[in-house]
Amino acid sequence: MTHSDSDVVLAVENLQTHLYTKRGLVRAVDGVSFDLRSGETLGIVGESGSGKSMTALSLVRLIPRPAARIVGGSVRLDGEEILEKSEAEMRAIRGEQIAMILQDPQSSLNPVFTVGDQIAETFQLQGKQPRGRMRERAIAALREVQVADPENRVSNFPHEMSGGMKQRVVGAIAVARRPRVLIADEPTTSLDVTIQAQYLRLLRSIQQQTGTSIIFITHDFGIVAKMCDRVAVMYAGRIVEYGPVHSIFATPSHPYTQALIASVPSPDTKVERLESIEGQPPVPWDLPKGCRFAPRCPFVMDRCRADYPPMFATQSAGDGDAEAEHAAACRLLEGES
Amino acid sequence: MNAQPLIEARRLSKHFDVGRGAPTGKKKVVKAVDGVDFAIRRGTTLALVGESGCGKTTTARLLLRLETPTAGSVYLDGADIHDLPRGERAEFRRRVQAVFQDPWASLNPRMRVRDLVAEPLVANNRLSRSAVTDRVAEVLTGVGLTPDHMRNFPHEFSGGQRQRIAIASALISQPRVLILDEPVSALDVSIRSQIMNLLKDIQQRLSVTYLLVAHDLGTTRYMADRTAVMYLGRIVEIGDTDTVFEGPAHPYTQALFSAALPARPATESREIVLDGEVPSPLNPPSGCPFHTRCPVKIGRRCEEETPKLQPVPGPGGTHLAACHLMDDMEGQRG
Repeated sequence: MTHSDSDVVLAVENLQTHLYTKRGLVRAVDGVSFDLRSGETLGIVGESGSGKSMTALSLVRLIPRPAARIVGGSVRLDGEEILEKSEAEMRAIRGEQIAMILQDPQSSLNPVFTVGDQIAETFQLQGKQPRGRMRERAIAALREVQVADPENRVSNFPHEMSGGMKQRVVGAIAVARRPRVLIADEPTTSLDVTIQAQYLRLLRSIQQQTGTSIIFITHDFGIVAKMCDRVAVMYAGRIVEYGPVHSIFATPSHPYTQALIASVPSPDTKVERLESIEGQPPVPWDLPKGCRFAPRCPFVMDRCRADYPPMFATQSAGDGDAEAEHAAACRLLEGES
Repeated sequence: MNAQPLIEARRLSKHFDVGRGAPTGKKKVVKAVDGVDFAIRRGTTLALVGESGCGKTTTARLLLRLETPTAGSVYLDGADIHDLPRGERAEFRRRVQAVFQDPWASLNPRMRVRDLVAEPLVANNRLSRSAVTDRVAEVLTGVGLTPDHMRNFPHEFSGGQRQRIAIASALISQPRVLILDEPVSALDVSIRSQIMNLLKDIQQRLSVTYLLVAHDLGTTRYMADRTAVMYLGRIVEIGDTDTVFEGPAHPYTQALFSAALPARPATESREIVLDGEVPSPLNPPSGCPFHTRCPVKIGRRCEEETPKLQPVPGPGGTHLAACHLMDDMEGQRG
């Protein structure tokens, strides 16, 4: 590692979150490890049920209880273990150190308070302040997320705003206290294309101003291509491939990543026939014993079914260049490394 | 080009009354669809793309006879579908079917797959029970499921399989037109291409005509022969899909396409980010509906005069855009 440890803001190691359901035990997050570096944007891509959102919720310990429990691993924020904090300490960390933006701004905002009051609530946690001062800070926060006419908008209720504007308000609340880490879980999925472009540009400019590290949870490789520095691809609870974005797109090394990238039609080129991944993702309470992609994999070998493959460095990772560290959990790479 | 279009919309409009405004008591009208013209040839796909509120879904509902037009007409094989004799309406339902976005909402959870798929047939036909079952087995096989699935309930299937069931149900009455309203956007990424390929295969096999409503530009490029871009109830650009994508002429189309997410990390950004949001359809701008956000507005003409669709200079002549800039280009060329 050429990166000094001080560069790592959030270190996640072997994180395991289990769900206890009627149908059985679901290993929603099953040994996930990654580092988030200062000022970078890390994408976590996967389909529904891959465990990407459960990973995000585990990082702030907001998993649904009692159905879900973090059963193992470690999450260190600036070296401090989060999984051992008390609930009161966690409340201080959320918003102050790690903030979240969720998919649906409608459900993130309280319909009976004005957006100004809701933004002010975050500041109130830092101690009581006069009402006029709160309003000023709320207006400044709205201006920061480029809401037009913030002096009037601050007195709006959420239903008086469009989806794109509400998501800006959620963004304003999230970055109001300059968190070290911002977790964005599909923040633009419910927005229109041109509004999505505005929002992504806004997130980037906030990151440039504040130096916040961003974890982008998404199912969309387009968002990854546009926003992320590095990416981790999840399938059935595990990271199957990670690496710098350019390297992942140039030489995707796990057959799942390859197929996923190839199955998305591009608006820029005409394609006669799209590749598609046959079959369905495995049911989460009945995972295959070996590689979880094996039943759908066109290159499957006997040993893939025997046990879960470890991470192998890809060829493009070069000679130990940590900047370009790119690895995939696939036996096809075994001979190469 | 030579063949008669199977479906044609002429000056099609749908306005909704939304009550009276408080201060003036004036009637408020949303012009959801406002004078739309297009034609779809047999066995081809026309895509309607645009952002929410642009009128693409209302247009689709007009084609399904789920809405009555305020003005204009839709012709299927030359007959006005909103002016059908009572006796021919059932036949219309057989010929025009739909597949919707959400296969969780579109399938009755208390019906078995056999009955779900057979429903259009039972409603319209007098086949024996066993003949119906045979036909269900046939269409299920055609969409990549097996006859064994007939006895299951929808909740036993994944999203992709449910959408296959919805497609089977739409196909069972041998329709000539399928209205596809965001058919893959609720599905997982790895399942989307399966369903898109299935829809393409079906079109090739049965030469069904598709109207695709989509917001995803990659899906549109892959699926559609022709593409119409809508903004505030109007078509602002229409043409062969490849022509429109490779040389978008309307400033809105250009901005929309540039805002689409890239397929791979781009070295340079060619993004045109529009300011503001789509104006309220309750109070649309005068003149060109796009002039409030247009980066290349050419002055008062755009604010006062609504541009008509006119040919985009270039070969072909089937590429149209509703923008005053086309006039200027025409002038320069001539």
